[in-house]
Order: sequence, then C-alpha cells, then structure tokens
Amino acid sequence: MFNRGAIINVRGIGHRTVESVLRFGYATRFIALTLLNSGASFRRIHLIVRELYFTGVLSMIIILVSGLFVGMVLGFQGYHTLKIYGSESALGVLVSLSLVRELGPVVSGLLFASRAGSAMTAEIGLMKTTEQLSAMEMMAVDPIARVVAPRFWAGVISMPLLAAIFSAMGVYGGYLIGVVLIGVDDGSFWSQMQSAVDFREDILNGVIKSFVFGIAVTWIALFEGYDSPPTAEGVSGATTRTVVTSSLAILGLDFILTAFMFRGV
Amino acid sequence: MERSTIDLWVGLFMVAGLGALTILALKVGNMGSLGGGETYQLSAEFTNIGGLKPRAAVKSSGVVVGRVTAIAFDNEKFVARVTMNIDGHYKFPQDTSASILTAGLLGEQYVGFEGGAEDKMLAAGATVKLTQSAVVLEKLISQFMYSKAAEGSGSK
Repeated sequence: MFNRGAIINVRGIGHRTVESVLRFGYATRFIALTLLNSGASFRRIHLIVRELYFTGVLSMIIILVSGLFVGMVLGFQGYHTLKIYGSESALGVLVSLSLVRELGPVVSGLLFASRAGSAMTAEIGLMKTTEQLSAMEMMAVDPIARVVAPRFWAGVISMPLLAAIFSAMGVYGGYLIGVVLIGVDDGSFWSQMQSAVDFREDILNGVIKSFVFGIAVTWIALFEGYDSPPTAEGVSGATTRTVVTSSLAILGLDFILTAFMFRGV
Repeated sequence: MERSTIDLWVGLFMVAGLGALTILALKVGNMGSLGGGETYQLSAEFTNIGGLKPRAAVKSSGVVVGRVTAIAFDNEKFVARVTMNIDGHYKFPQDTSASILTAGLLGEQYVGFEGGAEDKMLAAGATVKLTQSAVVLEKLISQFMYSKAAEGSGSK
C-alpha cells in the first residue's frame, strides 16, 4: 500500500523533529548550567576580562567601520528620498531612528555572530576535539564554569556596547554625508533628531534588543561548540551552524521584539 | 605583562561603549531637554485634533514649552481631551488660546499656545478654555473647490 520511499521520508521527518526538540532541551539545560555556574567566573573577573578582549575589543574595528558606512549610506539614500518631499531637514530623524531602533542592534548582532560567535564555537569545538575539556574534568575543574561561563558573560556584556558604538558611529556617518557633504542645515539635523528620538522609547528599547541578541548569539555559539562532534568536519559544521542559526535567531527575535516595542508608535 | 595590555584594551572598549551610549542619550535623544525639570499639567478640549499624537510638542511663539502626554475622547461632550505637560518655568494667562497647528505644509502637528491679557495664570491641572481645532486639509480643498465652482457658474 505504501511504497518504501514514502515511509523512509516520513520516518526521517519524525526523526529530525524529535532530534531538534531533544537538542533544544539539551541547549536549555546547558544555558541553565552556565547560569548556575557563573558565580565562580564573577569571582575571578580576569577570566571575563580576557574574553571581553576577544569578543569585544577585537570586534570593535569591524563594528566601527561598518557603522560609519551604514550611516553614510543611510545619509545618501535618505536624502535622495526626503528631497522628493522637500523635507531634507528630517534626515537626522531618519538616520538616527533607523539606526537606534533597528539597524544598530540587528547589523551589529549579525556582525557579532560572524566575528565573535564563530570564533567561540571554533575555539570550544577544538578544545573538545583535542580533549582539553575532558582533561579539565579529570582535574575536577568544571569546563562549564571555567570555559563557558566567562565567554557567555563577555558576550552578553559586549553586545549592547558594540550596538551603541555602531549606532553612534552611524549617526556620525549620516552627519558627515548629510551635513558636511550635501549641506543639510546643521541645526535642523540635530534639533529634529533630538525632538523625534525618545530616550526610553527608542534608545533604551534598542539597548534591550541588543542585550537579547547578545544572549541569543552567545548561547547558540557556545552550545554549538560544546555539542560539536569531535572531528575537524564536526567543528567546521558547528561553526557554520552558529552563523546561520544565530543570524536567523536575530532576525526572528527582532521581529518579535519590534512587534512588542513599537506597535503603537 | 600581557595582562595589563589586555586590561587597557578592555577598559578602552568599555569606555567607548558607555561613551557611545551617553552620546546617544544626550546628543541623539532628548534627555537634555525637558527631561528632569519640573512640569505641570494642563488640558484642553478640541473638536478635532487632526493628526496630533502623544509626545507632540507644545509651542508658544515657536518655543517648545511642553509635550502632549495623552489624548482621549470625552464620551459625554464628544470632544477630544488633550493632556499636556508644561515646563515649570513657563506660566500662561487664563485666557490663553490653544490651537493645533502644522509645521510646514505636510509636517508634524503640534499644539500652539497664544498668551492672553489676563493677570491670573493657569494653575496646574487647569483646562485651557479657548481652543481652535486642527485644520483639515481635505475640508479646505473642498471648500475652495466649491467656492470656485460657485464663482464659475455665477459669471456665466
């Protein structure tokens, strides 16, 4: 009645569904363990500082440059459109609102995932492959407390800061193009921006967004590394999965957060 | 030796991040103006508010003196009730008139205050009595077209 191929396909769908639910449960247990064991990493703050250097400081160049360029492109494109309606003076509003609300958190989250997240996955995956994590367990050192928790907190701390740097650079880039190059009035650029951007509604919500993205990206990166098959192929696959999954997670979460935060505004 | 250079870089990163947040709050956002100052509340009733929105500016002679905090519909008088927070530095006479104006032809709408001649000032929580509703562009255009049409048929 049923042919063999159909049965295998249906079985495959079921297997993959069960597998992904299982992995999600394991990932939840992993993050719970990380949070429970992070007390030790706060007592030894130099571990977090070291990871802040790798996730935050080394991501800063790409964040600075891309923030500046995104802002400059917004300046050009925004001017082009606003000029049609004779409202070039609203360029500051356009640049700052799109950066602070959306582009700052989202683009810096995507860059963070590919710059710092992939590095985290590769590092932890390689530690697992070369059995450093097992060696730590042998010495009664919990790898989650020693390796995972400091990286998690460094990621969560540095992501909102990187997003803020991105947005500030972008606003400056928009200023460079709009005011310095094209010649939009300096005063109306800033004053319209200031009257339109609300600290709590816009800036704080942007910070909350980037904080949530930081948690999501770091969680995914650490879990993929910790769960990667201990082979060269496995680590490379896990690194790819980190970038893909965290990019999708950022975009999905951004939609949900935007729907909640800016529904009525 | 290496530790101190890492500490320095991380410190620089934290300072840059917090500095960027401060710049966003002060320069891009409106934390500096009308943020922490004393304010008092006034309200006004309009028959039509047009496109006025909460957080719109309240201006007098073009100077921002406050912000609209809430807009509600009064179901007994069938008017819109607009509540505003006014900066405590500014006081307005009791016969102040409030009107809903538009910045530019297609710009944002705001509440304009025009001071009267009364000696007594509006107290906190008072209602502005003299109001003028928003100009609805469609109505203006249709009035103009009707009058043009009437002119055209009269001259024939």
